[in-house]
Amino acid sequence: MMMYALAAVLLGVGLYGLLVKRHLLKKVLGLLIVEHAVNLFLIQLGYIDGGIAPIRTAGEEAAAFVGNAVDPLPQVLVLTSIVIGLGLAMLMVALTLRIYQRYGSLDADRMSELKG
Amino acid sequence: MSDPQGMSIVVRVVTRWLFGLILIFGLAVALFGHVTPGGGFAGGTIVACAFVLAILAFGGSRGPGAAFARWASSLDATGALSFLVLAILGYTAGSFLHQWAARGELFTLGSTPSIVLLNLAILLKVGAGLFAGFIAVAVFEGAAGSEKGADA
Amino acid sequence: MVDIIPLFVLIPLGAAFVCLLAKKKLPAAAPTVSLASALALLAMAVACHVEGASGASIAGAWSLELHGGVAFIPGIALVLDGLSAIFLLLVALVSSVVIVFGLRYMDSYDGRPLYYALLNLLIAGMNGAVLAGDLFNLYVFIEIASIASYALVAFGTGGHEIEAAFKYLMLGAVASASILIGVGILYASTGLLNMADIGAMVAAGNVSEGALLAAAALFLGGLGLKAAMMPFHAWLPDAHPSAPAPISAMLSGLLIKTLGIYALVRILYVVIGMDGPLGGSLQTILLVLGCVSMLGGVLLGLGQTDFKRLLAYHSISQMGFVLVALGANTWLGVAAGLFHAVNHALFKGALFLSAGSIERITGTRDLSKMGGLAKVAPMTAVGTAGAALSIAGVPPFNGFWSKLLILIALFQAGLPVVAAAAAITAVLTLVCFTKVQRKALFGKLPDRLATAKDVPLSMSMPVLLLALLCLLGGLMWPLGLDDVIGDAAAAVRTDAETNDAPASYRKLVHDLGRKP
Repeated sequence: MMMYALAAVLLGVGLYGLLVKRHLLKKVLGLLIVEHAVNLFLIQLGYIDGGIAPIRTAGEEAAAFVGNAVDPLPQVLVLTSIVIGLGLAMLMVALTLRIYQRYGSLDADRMSELKG
Repeated sequence: MSDPQGMSIVVRVVTRWLFGLILIFGLAVALFGHVTPGGGFAGGTIVACAFVLAILAFGGSRGPGAAFARWASSLDATGALSFLVLAILGYTAGSFLHQWAARGELFTLGSTPSIVLLNLAILLKVGAGLFAGFIAVAVFEGAAGSEKGADA
Repeated sequence: MVDIIPLFVLIPLGAAFVCLLAKKKLPAAAPTVSLASALALLAMAVACHVEGASGASIAGAWSLELHGGVAFIPGIALVLDGLSAIFLLLVALVSSVVIVFGLRYMDSYDGRPLYYALLNLLIAGMNGAVLAGDLFNLYVFIEIASIASYALVAFGTGGHEIEAAFKYLMLGAVASASILIGVGILYASTGLLNMADIGAMVAAGNVSEGALLAAAALFLGGLGLKAAMMPFHAWLPDAHPSAPAPISAMLSGLLIKTLGIYALVRILYVVIGMDGPLGGSLQTILLVLGCVSMLGGVLLGLGQTDFKRLLAYHSISQMGFVLVALGANTWLGVAAGLFHAVNHALFKGALFLSAGSIERITGTRDLSKMGGLAKVAPMTAVGTAGAALSIAGVPPFNGFWSKLLILIALFQAGLPVVAAAAAITAVLTLVCFTKVQRKALFGKLPDRLATAKDVPLSMSMPVLLLALLCLLGGLMWPLGLDDVIGDAAAAVRTDAETNDAPASYRKLVHDLGRKP
């Protein structure tokens, strides 16, 4: 439960950075924190107390393995979501660089479209 | 981008030793991705890190990083296309992405050759793609459209 | 037919990477490859419809077999039913037209192979989203299409474009996060990701109402932002006009429908269930959001003088029509909503393309600086006029019939107030586009445009083709088109008291997911 609360707090921190901060890089960081809060939430869905990694090694009983291993599906989801987040992060940084090139500033208040 | 000469002699020598080892490690992580933790994505990230290290140590114009930078974008597309081709080969065994190669003994490298090949394609795609993204952002040029498909 | 379903995603994905690979050596290959892939998709989509009409299996599920012989086959299920089929056809049709238009239009842009690569990625993402059989792949494909669209909005690399793309990216990414949390909540409470299976559990009453409510709220917020519903619309009037004209047509014509409307229909009707405990409140939310979008979009559009921005506001308003139609929660409502979504793709695609042509002819997007284009650019003017009449709802164009059907569906569902709002919006739309026609196409030709020339045929013909389809769409409704759309609607809502469409979707997935 602690960890779910942590994910919620992280989500709040990220949204705060995204919505309140006027510096574009801080907005980018806020979005990254939001993404990782969601990943943290997802990865816990499959967790069982004292579980082992869902990778079966040679000589391991199938039934014991299935009984002890954590749910692998959320891990797959999180990996995919991290990959998507990576692509998004690259695009965001590229856009931020372009904005800096054009305006010489990363302050959202100096831009015409980004108010609000 | 740091100084074009790269970093100090200590860093350069250590990088020269480590570079190959990191590459081999990345390759191993990808090759044994079906029986151990890891896989194409993790391996590709490690390989990309090796080249990023080379760029940081030797500067943008020399060393293996600079050579890879020229080819990164094409290799990225090649990796993706080879994944598609391997996936389409699955039709020979019945359906898309089906395991078309004969399966070997469990828990060995040869247990599922088709997944090993898919992992290698992802290694190429992720290694080159990540590195291309790093180059595009680091040298402050290149088009904004750095696209990523999910490789799961 | 079942075996070709993955090709709907594979062909554009492959084309995208071929475009990237040929970027330096053979840049001319990109348009050819893209056009070939779009035409192949069109042929496949038409084939699916013909097969369906002749009674063969239009529907199928495909599954990746990890360990053969296991009773439950895990994998990436791609499901093709009537609803998916109509969207596949729409995506293939509009994207082919858009690629033809872009052949000459994109001449003035740098990095064209990249444009084609991103465009193909966008098509792959949209096709994947309408075929995905489980929630997570729906999310992945939505993300692929969204990321491609963020990059495409920034493609002009001007200050305005990049700012619009940044804003779009920020809001879009928050929407995606919200969708992903919704997926997580449903997974936590059911242990399933397959939409058909979750739908079965929900229908059996095995999912707690709180979890369902949270998931529904998150999906409505996330997908509502992707569909540009009114409280979440802020990005659209900046993002859609900033992209190059062919991309504006793709975004406004297709993206907000496949990512927004399709995903909403699929999730609300099949997964969460409009007949379930939440049905009534979901219906109210759809109706309220739809009314707000309809009226708000059209009122904000009235004051615009930038042609593309005006069109963008009308996209919000027309999406509102689709939402209230879906909110009626009857077969006729869904059918009318889908018909309107199809029509909107055709006429809004044509209008955004013609906005590009007009910008090319006059050098401006400001309506007050145009006039008399019918004299210098007759082809473009005819296409624009056709599409404008269609969105304004003038008979016999398709926009009139779909709006009429929506009104009838709303009255039948006992919602006269909503119907009145829809009627007011339709009148305001008519007023707005009459103004556009008077300002842009007729009236006095400004002196500086006296020597202006019409755009090349490869740019005017696509607009004319779409305008012609708008006309045919209206005339074809009683002659067979009602069956196609009706099938699509019946895939999510049959008009009986007890809706058995979700059950037949589940049967589809289960029968065909288990190969003998």
